[in-house]
Amino acid sequence: MSDVDITLKVWRQDGPDQKGRFETYQTQATPDMSFLEMLDVVNDSLEEGQKLPISFDSDCREGICGMCSLVINGVAHGPGEGTTTCQLYMRSFADGDTITIEPFRARSFPVIRDLVVDRSAFDDIVQAGGYNSVNTGSAPDANSVLVSKDRAEEAMDAAACIGCGACVATCKNASAMLFVSAKLKHLNVLPQGQPERRERSRAMLKAMDDAGFGHCTNEYECEAVCPKEISVGTIAFLNREVYRSSLVTSSLAPTVTGE
Amino acid sequence: MALDGHVPGGPLAEKWDRHRFDLKLVNPANKRRHSVIVVGTGLAGASAAATLAELGYHVKSFCLQDSPRRAHSIAAQGGINAAKNYQNDGDSVFRLFYDTIKGGDYRAREANVYRLAQVSTSIIDQCAAQGVPFAREYGGTLANRSFGGAQVSRTFYARGQTGQQLLLGAYSALMRQVAAGGVEIFPRHEMLDLVVAEGRARGIVTRNLVTGKIRSWVADAVLLCTGGYGNAFYLSTNAKGSNVTATWRAHRRGALFANPCFTQIHPTCIPVSGSYQAKLTLMSESLRNDGRVWVPKQGGDARSAGAIPEADRDYYLERRYPSFGNLVPRDVASRAAKAVCDEGLGVGSGRAVYLDFADAIQRDGADTIRQKYGNLFQMYEEITGDDPYTTPMQIYPAVHYTMGGLWVDYNLMSNVPGLFVLGEANFSDHGANRLGASALMQGLADGYFVIPYTLGGYLAGAQLGGVDENHSSFEDTEKQARERISSLLAVDGSRTVDDFHRELGLLMWDHCGMARNAEGLTAARGRVRELRDDFWKNLTVTGSGGEFNQTLERAGRVADFMEFAETMIQDALTRDESCGGHFREEHQTEEGEARRDDEDFAHVAAWEFAGIGNNATLHKEELAFENVQLTQRSYK
Ligand SMILES: Cc1cc2nc3c(=O)[nH]c(=O)nc-3n(C[C@H](O)[C@H](O)[C@H](O)COP(=O)(O)OP(=O)(O)OC[C@H]3O[C@@H](n4cnc5c(N)ncnc54)[C@H](O)[C@@H]3O)c2cc1C
Ligand code: SF4
Ligand code: FES
Repeated sequence: MSDVDITLKVWRQDGPDQKGRFETYQTQATPDMSFLEMLDVVNDSLEEGQKLPISFDSDCREGICGMCSLVINGVAHGPGEGTTTCQLYMRSFADGDTITIEPFRARSFPVIRDLVVDRSAFDDIVQAGGYNSVNTGSAPDANSVLVSKDRAEEAMDAAACIGCGACVATCKNASAMLFVSAKLKHLNVLPQGQPERRERSRAMLKAMDDAGFGHCTNEYECEAVCPKEISVGTIAFLNREVYRSSLVTSSLAPTVTGE
Repeated sequence: MALDGHVPGGPLAEKWDRHRFDLKLVNPANKRRHSVIVVGTGLAGASAAATLAELGYHVKSFCLQDSPRRAHSIAAQGGINAAKNYQNDGDSVFRLFYDTIKGGDYRAREANVYRLAQVSTSIIDQCAAQGVPFAREYGGTLANRSFGGAQVSRTFYARGQTGQQLLLGAYSALMRQVAAGGVEIFPRHEMLDLVVAEGRARGIVTRNLVTGKIRSWVADAVLLCTGGYGNAFYLSTNAKGSNVTATWRAHRRGALFANPCFTQIHPTCIPVSGSYQAKLTLMSESLRNDGRVWVPKQGGDARSAGAIPEADRDYYLERRYPSFGNLVPRDVASRAAKAVCDEGLGVGSGRAVYLDFADAIQRDGADTIRQKYGNLFQMYEEITGDDPYTTPMQIYPAVHYTMGGLWVDYNLMSNVPGLFVLGEANFSDHGANRLGASALMQGLADGYFVIPYTLGGYLAGAQLGGVDENHSSFEDTEKQARERISSLLAVDGSRTVDDFHRELGLLMWDHCGMARNAEGLTAARGRVRELRDDFWKNLTVTGSGGEFNQTLERAGRVADFMEFAETMIQDALTRDESCGGHFREEHQTEEGEARRDDEDFAHVAAWEFAGIGNNATLHKEELAFENVQLTQRSYK
């Protein structure tokens, strides 16, 4: 396969309170290049011309750290299914394509610069209860608590969430329900997570509201962009958790009474 | 300088218990009065910060990423070792100790390694209680696999995401302590320097990566948990942000750097595809269980892999190592791949060998292979566009892990009092070569189970009065950090940071990589000096210091790699033997295997900074082996 000519329309924004704009760049890419390597090359030439390069986040570049983001042609993490932006390769694009690149936009994810956003609201949610309260040293022998294979797999499916925020960026309500339900399900289905199950659900949902994330209205766009293919069934799990423990939270059915 | 590892007396198996009893305790009320800086939130840093806060210390935790959960540890795939012996297959603390010492080619400290094996079992308990979704058997017990050629099944795993799951466990413990007020987190903060005041490590200088603000922080002790320096080679399997800055800056402030030339090359990575390549991707070692490694017998064979008949293929690992075959250790497999490519037999770009699953697919069926390796095959196809079910994979070795790091004693304290170093950032446990699945174990051992004791022992006996942010050391260090940022911005040349980094990396890879020799190393040292001069003359860094500026961040890190590279080369040149991952071509057996020199080199080489461009000063810590017999490895 030969090189492709690409036109990029990239969101540039100098700082959180500055107005942003799209800028256009022309570049050539090899099909074997990753999407982020394509941006590296663009940046290298910008720097050579003493122009400010495009800021974007990445670290592992293999789809596991959740650092990369980007909305590519309107889709969080771009066209690939079940992949992050860093796992996207230029062979997915054709010669002459125009690619629009924007940051993950959401009320709770303010832009820091260009394509870089602040996702620390996710840390705030986890602080509210995304843990089992076991101090180091106090754990019993690992095999003293049996966990069925199915249970462990179920927990693992949910725990695969990399906290990237694509679900939020794609949701028209900027809801964090897929992220929060994945986190909750991971711990709530395991025997080790039982003692704090109710309080965890309550506290994390409240923290989600407090951080300004929107409500879930079952649009299911999140599932489609999630690089770890966390299913919306996870949100259904969370809804059942809420029902079970009769929690009050404004994100969900407002009818139940507190305890 | 006399290097004392402070290894406690008594029989090996009793040292840690005795030491824990001998260490002074900080009483609970006093712990609240002590503050600790933890730099890094990988397995080592997150576990240390959380555990110290649980004990009552005030902890400040710093990392480069936007969230502590994204530290490079997240990328570890294969698993974590522990001497649980759940499989009843003959494992024990002593066996894990023995395998680690032997695997490290007898260049690690016995007492540290034994302790690592001892506490390994508690790690699994702790992680399971945190909710780490380890793989399970149908009966609900934990599953194990054998890893990296180990003869016992002692590796615990969570799908191909063990690092992520362990890190999420440690991160959750950390978040719990943030909520409880014991830890303050500072993501997107880079440590630029260490502050040493009155002879002790008392703080750090950081740059807020969002605002560019530079400031210093005071504490009673500083823990560096900043990971490895594999990116000195530019291309490696490490995350893009992995760097040497924190440890190098501490080194410049007096901390000794031990065995910097000990780097691990992983044999099964996806080969470089072009000059734009930003990093290399590891394909799990487990693939070698079923894949057969080969190259064509004739150089320049233009036929596609499938069209090359058996008779024209060289399964060189099976040929050279009839008993271990494709499963020889990482360093042996890596060097063998390099050797065949050097002979002109490489495939693809010339720097690749085949890893072929055709026989396994024929034997077990494509479905069985898909079950075992489906996600890896998919990942390979995404990256390369080739389907490994029909075309053999192409692989080549890549830099993966660094065994060297800041020198620490048995307490994980460097020679600078109050400066502790944990995880991949220290040199302590893996000698000249690390076993698969042992880095995760070490990071968590250091953070959960070693530092909580040894830090207390230090603080209980230290005179810490009279130092605060107004101490002149803070002012001076902060000023120097600012000046350095200004000088990076002032160069005003035309060559980009990445371009310099790429050239440095290639130079190191060619001369201080899989195989080294005196001539190449000497030449490389000269080239590094020239390149460093060029860097300070021709670099371009756009933007300013007072804003979010990723180019400036990278420039600072590459500047440190440029200094560090020379120490690495000096160490490789001085260690005139082959051992583990350090292969000096002058020292090999007739069969081309590494030849150790235990008489002259059974020591840790700890380097003292002597100024840029000057030879560092060597200090040796002799290694005594009282519990194992030194043997020559053989995989024939
Ligand atoms: C692809 C891959 C797979 C691996 N698989 C395995 C495996 O299966 N089993 C195994 O045992 N090992 C594995 N390893 C090795 C293992 O992952 C690492 O050695 C280990 O995770 C290192 O942990 P750490 O806590 O020491 O450092 P890291 O996880 O590297 O964390 C470093 C931290 O320091 C911070 N930091 C660095 N510099 C600064 C600075 N100047 N200022 C502020 N913060 C800073 C970073 O932000 C980060 O938080 C693998 C490695 C790779 C690359
Ligand atoms: S649920 Fe999916 S999209 Fe949302 S943060 Fe987790 S991995 Fe990302
Ligand atoms: S850079 Fe880590 S997931 Fe993309």
